[in-house]
Amino acid sequence: MKRIYPIEDFCIACRHCELMCQLEHSPSRDLIQLFKGTSSSSLKRIFVLQKGPVSLALNCRHCDEPLCAYACVAGALTKDPATGIVNFNQDKCIGCWTCIVACPYGVIVRNPGTGRITKCDLCPGRDVPACVEACPNGALALAEA
Amino acid sequence: MTRYVIVGNSAGGIGAAETIRATDPDGHVTILSDESYPAYSRPAISEFLAGERTFGERMLFRDADFYKRLRIECMLGTRVARVHTKERAVELSDGRRVPYDRLLLATGGTPIIPRMEGLTLRGVHPFTTMDHAKSFHEALSSGKNRVVVIGAGLIGCSLVNGLLHRGGIQITLVELKDRVLSTMVDTHASSLVEKRLSKMGVSVRTGRSATRILPRPDDATSVGGVMLDNGELVSCDVVGMAVGVTPRAELAREADIRCNRGILVDAHMETSARGVFACGDVAEAQDFIYGVPRVTAIWPTAYMGGRVAGANMAGATTRYDGCTAMNAFSYFDMALISAGMFDPDPALGYPVVAREKPDAYKKLVIRDHKLIGFVMAGEIEQSGVLFNLLREQTDVRSFEGRLADWDFSMASLPRDLRGAWIGGPGYAAPTEKQPVAGPVAEKVSP
Repeated sequence: MKRIYPIEDFCIACRHCELMCQLEHSPSRDLIQLFKGTSSSSLKRIFVLQKGPVSLALNCRHCDEPLCAYACVAGALTKDPATGIVNFNQDKCIGCWTCIVACPYGVIVRNPGTGRITKCDLCPGRDVPACVEACPNGALALAEA
Repeated sequence: MTRYVIVGNSAGGIGAAETIRATDPDGHVTILSDESYPAYSRPAISEFLAGERTFGERMLFRDADFYKRLRIECMLGTRVARVHTKERAVELSDGRRVPYDRLLLATGGTPIIPRMEGLTLRGVHPFTTMDHAKSFHEALSSGKNRVVVIGAGLIGCSLVNGLLHRGGIQITLVELKDRVLSTMVDTHASSLVEKRLSKMGVSVRTGRSATRILPRPDDATSVGGVMLDNGELVSCDVVGMAVGVTPRAELAREADIRCNRGILVDAHMETSARGVFACGDVAEAQDFIYGVPRVTAIWPTAYMGGRVAGANMAGATTRYDGCTAMNAFSYFDMALISAGMFDPDPALGYPVVAREKPDAYKKLVIRDHKLIGFVMAGEIEQSGVLFNLLREQTDVRSFEGRLADWDFSMASLPRDLRGAWIGGPGYAAPTEKQPVAGPVAEKVSP
């Protein structure tokens, strides 16, 4: 499957990917409404991680061995055998945070608005996920690897 | 055609069934369960009790047509009485026999009910199954609203949380140890939970045990109160029994399968009886941090152990790397994580780093430059990166000083390690790296 890979040498931590991810997942998909907080239910699902001179943007790896899905006590995380995407079903989630400690990458986060988690869904309906398209520096690659 | 029989229909049994079906499309898979529900999320019974969730699709661990789709014969409400390892058959309580080629015992645990007077009174309930949750719900439906919960471990806390969300209930939590959640977190994190419980109006009695359950003055068949060991009488209508869970290993014991506290399994999750496997809360598998077999009664361990058992049952040789405790806690509007050996005996001399700030706590335990345990409260999002270092027993020497940073993340790892975890074009060998195309802004340090 195609995954989103960080190219950390090119990342300047501008966080444009985070913004565009959040916008893509907001109900209105309107930047002004998002900024004004009127569609606050959307959270970013990609994270710019920084330490000293290092920066990279990271989101769900949609692992072949999805430890989050194996750990999920509610059956809310499942790997689609056809697409390879690790899907999240918010209705089933009980907000226990077990997937957060199971994920080796730290890319599943709590959603304070819902009391559940949130994670990357690879932008259903898009050929190129919003974060990849948004990166002005080519620091995110959609690739088979 | 191989006949697979699985006793138990929760995390371990389902993990095994899924893996068997993926490995052997033709085998006949039977799941036997003494419960009357399709596999459901046990931890979700807290939300059921709170009235936030009814039993249905949202509580099911797998979708409604799971058994049909995977061609699993699921016999609900079926109790296994005996295992005949020589004849390779299980005997049901009604005398019927189900023959097997491969058997999995995924029978889980059973609540510990400490012996005391008054246990048979109406209103005494454990809290680990859907039926328990329903009984609890009914017991509280008739205007009864005073509950004593005995045991402040994960189950006791899940019960208290459900009751708090239900609302209007006067709760007393009794714990024998001197602090709540003593097997899940260290003393400091326990104190954070206790403060929160008090704030939410729960009366906490640590260092106390219940000696007797007393009847109501006006109804000798119903619960009226709980007597504590210091002579204090706590009046109540319902008692929650959450002292702990013990492996349900009777079937194995009676069949002379090697057991300690739980059923002993090897790295293939096979028991001392050939063709008989075990996993989950009933099994005792190697703990890779403690270096000894231990019962790790947590859902992820059950499911992953089930996957390993299922693969081996179906003939694909898969080794179990062992497990260790990994707990997440989200009750009382708190977030807590713990893993491995988070509270080592000081005599062992393992370096411990602990940090605290107003809304967060972080404690790490290191042994031979490897992370062997941690506790996190408040800020938990990067706990998985730490757990992976622990799971892989990665040598952290070159970045040990960063582990305790509040902003510790994948960016804190050495580039080689990060690259090995993430992979892809960004971490290809330098010689393969493509030259930078177009203008690239200069990297800035935060």
